[in-house]
Amino acid sequence: MRIAVCIKRVPITGGRILLTDDARAINTQHLGFTMSPHEECGVEEAVRLIEANQGDSVVLTLGPPEAVEQLRDAMALGIDRAIHIQTDGQEWDAEASAAALLEAIRADEAANGPFDIIFLGNESADSGGFQVGIRIAYALGRPCVTGLKKVTIDGSSVRCEQEVEGGRDVYVVPLPAVLTVKEGLNLPRYPSVPGKMRARSKPIVVSNPSRPAPRLELVRLAVPAGQGRRAESLGNGAAAAPAVVQVLQKAGLL
Amino acid sequence: MTVLVLMEDNEPSRQALTLARKFGEPRSLRMDAVQPFAPDALAAALAVTADDLNVSAVFAAGTDRGNEVMARLAARTGLPFAANCIAATPGDPVQVTRQRWGGSLLEDARLHSPRPLITVAAHTVPADSGAPPVEVDVKAPDEADLIVRVSDHVAPANGGVSLTTAKVIVSGGRGVGSKEGFAIIEELASLLGAAVGCSRAVTSAGWRPHTDQVGQTGTKVAPEVYIACGISGATQHMAGLKGAKRIVAINSDPQAPLMLNADYTVTGDLKEIVPAISAEIRKQK
Repeated sequence: MRIAVCIKRVPITGGRILLTDDARAINTQHLGFTMSPHEECGVEEAVRLIEANQGDSVVLTLGPPEAVEQLRDAMALGIDRAIHIQTDGQEWDAEASAAALLEAIRADEAANGPFDIIFLGNESADSGGFQVGIRIAYALGRPCVTGLKKVTIDGSSVRCEQEVEGGRDVYVVPLPAVLTVKEGLNLPRYPSVPGKMRARSKPIVVSNPSRPAPRLELVRLAVPAGQGRRAESLGNGAAAAPAVVQVLQKAGLL
Repeated sequence: MTVLVLMEDNEPSRQALTLARKFGEPRSLRMDAVQPFAPDALAAALAVTADDLNVSAVFAAGTDRGNEVMARLAARTGLPFAANCIAATPGDPVQVTRQRWGGSLLEDARLHSPRPLITVAAHTVPADSGAPPVEVDVKAPDEADLIVRVSDHVAPANGGVSLTTAKVIVSGGRGVGSKEGFAIIEELASLLGAAVGCSRAVTSAGWRPHTDQVGQTGTKVAPEVYIACGISGATQHMAGLKGAKRIVAINSDPQAPLMLNADYTVTGDLKEIVPAISAEIRKQK
């Protein structure tokens, strides 16, 4: 079995987002980075499938040189090797991101055969375009099921559960397929120390394509105005309990 | 000019219609035109209709289904797609303002496209109250567009109060300290007929199932009262709280972002405060 998983390096934004002076990016000077939450579950699922079925797993990312940290994180969890499409730090729009990932996937498949499953997050945590996986699937002519909370391989097909209001919808599609997943698909493991050691020597293929002109072109970012909540203190400690109950009563809930 | 709108019988669709009207006279294609749900078939129907009517733009609600079908339309037609917009102005390029980070950040962008494909973020623009647009007919789909289709439905597993519809949510964060620590949260929730929620730190630690998680990658909630216990209030969490009417924050750190973004705050140890609230409710019952 061959599995690919696409991830994206994003900042851990904490409590308040600060922008750069030109308002075209988040000021990440004091921030840590991670991969998008949905994709952590994609990596975990890929590792579990290869543990159960043997084979080859590859993690791909489009991102700056520093995104090698997230590739190593994925390999520490058990992914075999990585493909790093390096950018100069400028953001690529969803269309260009999908095209670059597609080219890397095609090159790997030409050398090693098709991936049975390509996992992506349903949407990235930062730009939230909701489309990269679907674009890759269409270009490859493969079925794509989105927003998955459960994935079960059954011979040459895959049963997929998608969260919807009032339960889950089920899809059964033939492999190979492109699956976009959501957090909650599984509980990702923590990397082990030996896993981190092994990740250091796993291979990473690097390419440096040039960025196409975006057709969805970022002009500027803004932090939306607050919701106008004015925190009213009800007091300190257990003595504030009656005041909390009054708030619930005023809201007609008791 | 005609504009095409993918519509369901819900508020987000009528909100999408509000922005769509700026781009022309709307016609609608129904989300339930293909049953059971088959997103490739809907995207194919939108593509054919858009060409037949030579529409200026295609709109849908920024729901899971709306974004999914529009992304498939974009992939099929080779056009760019702007998801979760809160404003859009016709022109060349089209000017849009769209949500990032689940709405914690806004992006002004130019959409360079002969036929803009736009979804409208739910509850960010008023719903259209005019006459519903004329519906277009949809031809029988190709077999190839029915490979991805809903074949079954699984009912939700737990019988508890649903986060999405709960009037009150008692939610716990890292400050609860452990899986067992949620006993006092559950006790208060049960007294209030409330749902139990939690932050991402809690699900990552394995203390609660992901179905309890409120936030950008969890559930977006809209209760009358949201009681946040020991939750710092990272943007990831706040992105799920935008619909909450009143927020009560309980935290030992008065400077925690959630304490600054709440309506009411109680400063102190939640392990004393939460049981005291439960006791007070019992006393008054």
